[in-house]
Amino acid sequence: MRKRIPFITAVFATLALANVATAQAPAPPSDLSVQDTPDDSGKSVDLQWSLSNTDIFNPLLADVTLVDPSTIVATYSVERITTLDANGKEVDGEDSQWRVITEAGAGDSSFVDRTVELGWTYNYRICAIDNQGDASNWVEATTTVVPEMQMFDSSKAWLAIFMLVFGGFVAYFINEARSGKTLWVRKIAGLEAIDEAVGRATEMGRPVLFVTGIQDINEIQTLAGLTVLSRVAKTAAEYGAQIEVPTCRSLVMAAARETVESAYLAAGAPDAYQPDKIHYLTDEQFAFVAGVTGYMVREEPAACIYMGGFYAESLILAETGNFIGAIQVAGTAMPSQLPFFVASCDYTLIGEEFFAASAYLSGDPLQIGSLKGQDYGKFFSVLILVIGLFFATTVSLTQSTESAGFGSGALGYINNNMLGSEGLGSFGGGNTDTEGDDS
Amino acid sequence: MFLAVTIPILFGTVFPEVVSKQAKMVFDSIDELPDGSNILLSYDFDPASQGELLPMAQAFTRHCSIKGHKQFYMALWPLGSPMVDLSIDTIESEYPNLVYGVDYVKFDYKAGGEAVIRMITQDLRGMFPMDSKGVPLDDIPLTKNIKNIQDMDLIVNVSAGDPGTKQWVQFAATPFGIKTVSGCTGVQAPQMYPYIPEQLAGVLGAIKAAAEYEAAIDEAYPSIADNPKAQEAKRRMGPQLVAHSLMIVLIIIGNWIFFVSRKRGLA
Amino acid sequence: MKRTVPLIIAIVAGFVLLIANFIPFAESWGLTAQEWFNILAVGAMILGGGNLLKLHLMKVSGQRKGWGYSVVTIVCFIATLIIGMFKMGVNPNPLTPDYAWSGYYLESGSGLWWIYQHMVVPLTSMMFAMLAFYVATAAFRAFRAKNTEATLLLITAGVVLLGRTYAGVWLFEGWLPESMQWLRFDNLTVWIMEIPNTGGTRAITIGIALGVVATSLRILLGVDRSYLGQD
Repeated sequence: MRKRIPFITAVFATLALANVATAQAPAPPSDLSVQDTPDDSGKSVDLQWSLSNTDIFNPLLADVTLVDPSTIVATYSVERITTLDANGKEVDGEDSQWRVITEAGAGDSSFVDRTVELGWTYNYRICAIDNQGDASNWVEATTTVVPEMQMFDSSKAWLAIFMLVFGGFVAYFINEARSGKTLWVRKIAGLEAIDEAVGRATEMGRPVLFVTGIQDINEIQTLAGLTVLSRVAKTAAEYGAQIEVPTCRSLVMAAARETVESAYLAAGAPDAYQPDKIHYLTDEQFAFVAGVTGYMVREEPAACIYMGGFYAESLILAETGNFIGAIQVAGTAMPSQLPFFVASCDYTLIGEEFFAASAYLSGDPLQIGSLKGQDYGKFFSVLILVIGLFFATTVSLTQSTESAGFGSGALGYINNNMLGSEGLGSFGGGNTDTEGDDS
Repeated sequence: MFLAVTIPILFGTVFPEVVSKQAKMVFDSIDELPDGSNILLSYDFDPASQGELLPMAQAFTRHCSIKGHKQFYMALWPLGSPMVDLSIDTIESEYPNLVYGVDYVKFDYKAGGEAVIRMITQDLRGMFPMDSKGVPLDDIPLTKNIKNIQDMDLIVNVSAGDPGTKQWVQFAATPFGIKTVSGCTGVQAPQMYPYIPEQLAGVLGAIKAAAEYEAAIDEAYPSIADNPKAQEAKRRMGPQLVAHSLMIVLIIIGNWIFFVSRKRGLA
Repeated sequence: MKRTVPLIIAIVAGFVLLIANFIPFAESWGLTAQEWFNILAVGAMILGGGNLLKLHLMKVSGQRKGWGYSVVTIVCFIATLIIGMFKMGVNPNPLTPDYAWSGYYLESGSGLWWIYQHMVVPLTSMMFAMLAFYVATAAFRAFRAKNTEATLLLITAGVVLLGRTYAGVWLFEGWLPESMQWLRFDNLTVWIMEIPNTGGTRAITIGIALGVVATSLRILLGVDRSYLGQD
């Protein structure tokens, strides 16, 4: 936009020098095209036009100072008429007349009309208006348009393919495991440490503190935290240790009670289950932290386990736990909080280890099968990443003013179709933007 | 640490700022829009992170007001709404020529986080039938013709966590190609860098970036440099310098103790 | 039965929403589900609030250790609830003066605004500010040159800490030749944040994203039921 400033200055200079011109209309815009917005539920129409020859933002103008100042375009007025409704009947009333839909500013050459109805027939026209209010001739769209609903959002085709491939890997390995094949999974030290921590708490006669993060039950991290809680509660019930679960959300409290109660039942100690040990504190982040750290300082739990989604409170919790000398195990998929847990806890489950925890702890071959599937999914992602990197490198090494570089078509396809929103499209057909995201 | 922070505050030392690439990108995103563009400002933070984020939020407000951009304020955090009020106070006291309902408007807090974003990308009125004063959107000149936030030229998000920048990127910026910039806390910033430049046009990470952004505004619009309130982030860089230096000293001492005790252990 | 019905709800809702993502016609279904969740969450608030009150009332009636604090909690809880719910001190909206309850709940000068401004703001800001001290103690312990990796971490931390302040520029002012300006700590910080840090974050993010998908699939396929209390 900055480049235009000298143009505008020049235009004003011309304006000052010119004699007062007689009222003249601006040149009309041209080539108004309308089409149904692709991949939507039939609630919008895309409009495009070429800028007027007296629009100073028109890049085709060789010299804007040649434009008669009295005809410089200020706005474009877009009007619409509704001809038929969804049943093919003629429309009467206000809609059957031309009516203004929008006033687009100078330099704008497209508009999305989102006030249309599915299945109705519309026609559009446009004119340019200058600062004196003089309007150009109307330019009507060559065709009418009917907004339609698409059954499948083809811009997400690649996402669907990735999901199917990934889901396929997971389902395949779950099936493998079901047929009796044993799958190996590496040892996760943090999870091994949980039993040890609960054991130590039992020996010392002190409670085990379990925090499921501060997110609500609809977050996957909270669910992952609850699966670990299920295991911790079972171990605690077997050892006869006391477990304390303060929660930041009411729904999490309700779910955690179910989890712990079942775990106690499974461990054969339903009488030892105390629902009041799983209690709601507050939704307010820092008030929750104050409550939990207060409990930690007063009761000095021997083991503190943090599994779930955490924010800034992670460090306050973990440092307080460190201060009271508890064994601490943490697990979270919050990249920003991982460093704090790593610095202050004895063991930390990093991101995907945390999600793998429930499968690992259950020892259930079906769940472990899903881990294997996940690994193949990761391999697949890395493969695409490497291919993308290869083409991005070759393009940047071989491109010149004459050629777009080796592999620019492939790179463009990866950028715009696989990672972008152009759907399956045709190979090499998209815009070959090599500056794209390299992820 | 207490003294390290208090002494520079009392002395009010302000250091010069060199505008980094990131701060420049954010500045340009707002500055290069034609005057009077529509900007959605979502304040997704609360008083806890006010110290880190309010100066940049105020800088966004001032920059948009100078440029005459149309400002639409909202909050995805319940306590973000009073933060928006602070920015509105700034507009009222420093830019009295701007009129509520014509140049800026405020929507109330709505619960739901990403669900709110998804809804307003389709239908603004579905989530906000009225502004925060209870006036229907069709009666406000500024919102009369806005159907959803795809009509915005830029989204400015000041974020201290979730829902915040990540959700704006996932549910507004990426699927609908709405240009978005973010101001976030220092711990969040590393997570935002991978979104640059395609999904985010720029990120201001913590008070340091806010100070650089203020410096960029000062440079382009020297009249604002005399306003002490517009130098808030720069003023906070003094305590940051001393506190960081103290931490380095602590780390050095920690290492010294570590080496000495290890040597003794060996001997 | 107690576990089967919730499991079926989870599986059906999960798959329907997954497919809805690809069908323009169903794009609003996710929003509807989210609205249902919000309604449930509000209902659960009563459960949570009730539980909080119950625990503290029990503590007070049993005069257990620290019951005085429980009294404070109960009084504050009930006072905030009443002041907020009845919009005490809130004037009616000037546009609809006939409706006494139409005012903005956090209107300047109202009861809830006062609690917010003079209690919530300073208290939460104080907790957040305490992070500075915790960061200092954690840094003191964590950044030790125990081995090569830890030493690298230590050096990086030093560069970033200084690069984030004026010291990063000032230390190199006047003597560093133009061609070596990239060595200035503020420039090095930008490089560290943009290249190694972004690379690392991307790797962790991709891992987490796949973990989320796999966990979601396990839950959707009913393989992982431990969140319902089943192994």
